[in-house]
Amino acid sequence: MEYLIGIQGPDFVLVAADNVAASSIIQMKHDYDKMFKLSEKILLLCVGEAGDTVQFAEYIQKNVQLYKMRNGYELSPAAAANFTRKNLADYLRSRTPYHVNLLLAGYDDTDGPGLFYMDYLSSLAKAPFAAHGYGAFLTLSILDRYYRPDLTRDEAVDLLKKCIEELNKRFILNLPSFTVRLIDKEGIHDLEKLTHGAK
Amino acid sequence: MALFEVSGFRSYSEVRGRQTHLADRTNHYNFGTKTQEFAVPVGVDPSGFLKTCNHDGGVCIDMNHGTTTLAFKFRHGVIVAVDSRASAGRYLASNDVNKVIEINPYLLGTMSGSAADCQYWERLLAKECRLYRLRNNHRISVAAASKLLCNMMLGYRGMGLSVGSMICGWDKQGPGLYYVDDNGTRLSGRMFSTGCGNGYAYGVIDSGYREDMTVEEAYELGRRGIAHATHRDAYSGGVVNMYHMQEDGWIKVCKEDVSELIHRYRKGMF
Repeated sequence: MEYLIGIQGPDFVLVAADNVAASSIIQMKHDYDKMFKLSEKILLLCVGEAGDTVQFAEYIQKNVQLYKMRNGYELSPAAAANFTRKNLADYLRSRTPYHVNLLLAGYDDTDGPGLFYMDYLSSLAKAPFAAHGYGAFLTLSILDRYYRPDLTRDEAVDLLKKCIEELNKRFILNLPSFTVRLIDKEGIHDLEKLTHGAK
Repeated sequence: MALFEVSGFRSYSEVRGRQTHLADRTNHYNFGTKTQEFAVPVGVDPSGFLKTCNHDGGVCIDMNHGTTTLAFKFRHGVIVAVDSRASAGRYLASNDVNKVIEINPYLLGTMSGSAADCQYWERLLAKECRLYRLRNNHRISVAAASKLLCNMMLGYRGMGLSVGSMICGWDKQGPGLYYVDDNGTRLSGRMFSTGCGNGYAYGVIDSGYREDMTVEEAYELGRRGIAHATHRDAYSGGVVNMYHMQEDGWIKVCKEDVSELIHRYRKGMF
């Protein structure tokens, strides 16, 4: 039902998430933001079971901020991703596992941009592009076909638009709008929301 | 957590080497099974027990579920409208239940789902809001009150609570409306409807809503939403209890019998 996508370029990461907060067949909110800002240059996109998503994402968010307060410098995206994965793994075989699927996107001043794919079984993979949700079945092949490691920002946004057009064409559920953000060495930038048709 | 050990954090009482007799402030908002709100016998496992209570196991425990509640923000504040029916499976337990809890003159909570859960947890929320006011000398914000209720729900995750509530109030940020439910979902928005009649209510209020409605038009929209939902949904009915949240507190607008409302609307309906 929910959809997340991330595309890494040579010096940026582009991420997008749909804006629907649903409860069974009802859209409770159509302007819901699924991205959590972990630090100035790290975003965590989180979908999954209701309640688990916000609780787990806020837990990670507050712990990353606490690290910065205690130690004076921020966690790198790779460190934050591994910390997140460790927490998911620790809860996995407890009585209350968190059923959440995540994308962590960040810009490290030494290593450059990074996109990390994590799922509810706490697998972690650094990938040039990734997607979560039923929409991923339709769009991963588009990313395979048209992705190049040296995409410019405009080309990446066009690739994102291609994926969303495919969802609007073939996906049975209506996802009218998507929040889009870009992370580069200057930080996190909000791009224009991508909407479908007239509202 | 992992970072605790790595960065060598030690709590105040460890560093000082003695038990502080002052209560650790951060434990005030601890809901859940670690510091339980009420005593439970050792060995009780609510989530395990509930898994066995389903129709496949031959058990027919039906919780009170039927309701329609709605709330929406508009130019002149927030309207809250609820029905008043309590059902237990196919039996109608009561047609005159109060599904709105008046937490304080600036905060209201609605109830849908299990009647017992809603009444207990929202009364507990009222207690926490009162304690907040006494400790901090200013009224709790709607966002904070809804976060408290959400954390209470998360403390008992997976143990069969059934709560679908809207926390509605007016604080320094203006009118506030939050939806909180038993999975720990907490959403801020302009319009929500909960309960098994919510689909019917959404249909009426979505199509009749305008941001610049007059107060009377908003009252009529709230009344219509509940009345039409109770007409179609068997598990909603009774009377419409309607509240209007204004800048200087809430007022109770009306308590009207649904069957009389439907009779009045008949001319337009058939």
